[in-house]
Amino acid sequence: MQKIEQITGRGIPLVLDDIDTDRIIPARYLRCVTFEGLGEHAFEDDRQQMPGHPFDDPKFKGASVLVVGRNFGCGSSREHAPQALMRWGVKAIVGESFAEIFFGNCTANGIPAVCVAGDEAKKLGAALAAGSATEITVDLVNKTVRCGGNSIPCTMQEGARQSLVTGNWDFLGQLVEAAPQIRQTAARLPYMKNFA
Amino acid sequence: MTSSGTKQNLFNRVWDEHTVGTLPSWQTQLFIGQHLIHEVTSPQAFQMLRDRGLKVMFPERTMATVDHIIPTLNQARPFVDSLAEEMMSAIEKNCRDFGIILLNLSDKRQGIVHVVGPELGITQPGITLACGDSHTSTHGAFGCIAFGIGTSQVADVLASQTMALGRPKVRRVGVNGRLAPGVYAKDVTLHVIRKLGVQGGVGFAYEYAGEVFDRMSMEERMTVCNMSIEGGARCGYINPDQTTVDYLRGRSFVPQGAAFEKAAKWWLGLASGPEATFDDRVEFDGSAIEPTVTWGINPAQSVGVNERIPTASSFPRDEQAGIREALTFMDFQENQPIKGTKINVAFIGSCTNSRISDLREAAKVAKGHKVAPNVRALVVPGSQNIREQAEKEGLNEIFTAAGFEWRGAGCSMCLAMNPDKLVGREICASSSNRNFKGRQGSPTGRTLLMSPAMVAAAAISGAVADVREILS
Ligand code: SF4
Repeated sequence: MQKIEQITGRGIPLVLDDIDTDRIIPARYLRCVTFEGLGEHAFEDDRQQMPGHPFDDPKFKGASVLVVGRNFGCGSSREHAPQALMRWGVKAIVGESFAEIFFGNCTANGIPAVCVAGDEAKKLGAALAAGSATEITVDLVNKTVRCGGNSIPCTMQEGARQSLVTGNWDFLGQLVEAAPQIRQTAARLPYMKNFA
Repeated sequence: MTSSGTKQNLFNRVWDEHTVGTLPSWQTQLFIGQHLIHEVTSPQAFQMLRDRGLKVMFPERTMATVDHIIPTLNQARPFVDSLAEEMMSAIEKNCRDFGIILLNLSDKRQGIVHVVGPELGITQPGITLACGDSHTSTHGAFGCIAFGIGTSQVADVLASQTMALGRPKVRRVGVNGRLAPGVYAKDVTLHVIRKLGVQGGVGFAYEYAGEVFDRMSMEERMTVCNMSIEGGARCGYINPDQTTVDYLRGRSFVPQGAAFEKAAKWWLGLASGPEATFDDRVEFDGSAIEPTVTWGINPAQSVGVNERIPTASSFPRDEQAGIREALTFMDFQENQPIKGTKINVAFIGSCTNSRISDLREAAKVAKGHKVAPNVRALVVPGSQNIREQAEKEGLNEIFTAAGFEWRGAGCSMCLAMNPDKLVGREICASSSNRNFKGRQGSPTGRTLLMSPAMVAAAAISGAVADVREILS
């Protein structure tokens, strides 16, 4: 898989806390058997209820680095959420913190979700909203987020970071390779033989 | 990393037993003993397998059911909703092609995935379990390690019976003392989430321990573990004990006879001992918990039924914007009492609270009363088995006599992927688990989470009520 070391793109701010995946992609769009076409419905209800939502703001058209607040992606495990964001154009997410299943889903799709200090996320969001900053670089190798000459440290669960920078975020291939060890593990678990 | 001997808690012991190896990313490759799938998060996973020419490694360790999109009124095929029908056909074909047992609508064992797993004895202590659904934490009630996962991981588990995961820390959530009458497992879990916050559990597995959980039935324990995810925890569990063993004995997927006794011994031996160590501990007094109701747009935004909705300024500064957003969406005022809040809809169901004991408690409240005029009230059992049991006990008659609708089994208005939805700004008293904006099918609809008995009380009162006043 492709090594993901650094992503540079125009930023889009959405610095609110506890944004759940029902808001990212409402459940009615989960009535599908592929992930195609989800991009246009990202944040659909929020966009209708909050005039001037960044996802509708022409200023952020074509943006690819989403800046969020705390506990982003909480709630439902639906992978449709990162899929919708990805298909909208998001390639990396910077925020104070992420819900764990959402974070894992992002990694599985090659979307780095990195954490910065809460006030840094807010500053970054404010600068993007004010137009005083546009481009953001998420650097997974040096663990920094850079924007307009500023460089701030970022963190990411080390296993996930490793998998992205080494191009090993396609777990499926790696997991299947261990078939003999998998069978060994299965064989030592008493319930796999129904306690016979 | 691992502690040894009696100091090891159940989580770490089960984790170690299921470790296949360490991946290049340093994450653990963890064996998953039982996989559960449903129609919403699996079709893309099967496609991933097809794209790579992979098979399901242990098809007998995956069980499929249909729940999220199931209409609860007219279940004739093809479904009226063609998208739902397409998903049904997809899971039927996928299960056929890959050799997986499907509990389809025509199977009396069908129901919500987190209800049927335990009910059939598929969920057992000491196993690892995964399902493409965040409320997989429910199964932890049996002392297993149960993870909600995304679709890519569903594909991982199908193809390899393993997944890549970093080991979480373990927090012991102790609740001691005695719950007051009219206070249920739902109130305990809402209380814990209120106190620790919706992200308080991030990075942790929760072990629930103490007198309150010791005394709970398996169904109550499932309600508690179910909402672990709402507190941000990766999973939640309760140590297996005699209650667990008694519940499982005789269920169709557990071993029978001598093998059962052997299993029971293994199960009980896994429990965290008194010496077990934890990364963190918190403690709550069960006797201080009140019937709890959410007022906001996340499950931590709750109050005791006799409390008032809080003011934004009573929260830390950086949380105030979120509190104000919730107040605005709900159209509630600071300091407004939650009791007396008018409702339009009452929903008893979901994997949190649709089991037979939930229906019994709600029926006790509803018996001899009438649903308030202008309130639409639904009872949606979690499985066909529960529906049948409730009908044997005459609960359906109590409900329908009171004016509740008695429906078929499924997720229904918990997430409203089927025709059961809120309309416009309706407010729903709900026994489900999420009060997120738009969760119940109307983008502007509003949800108040509470126990099923409290939902029944709200239904007959037409407004949020204290169930204790009706019961006494
Ligand atoms: S009942 Fe609700 S929370 Fe439970 S599995 Fe169904 S949709 Fe998810």
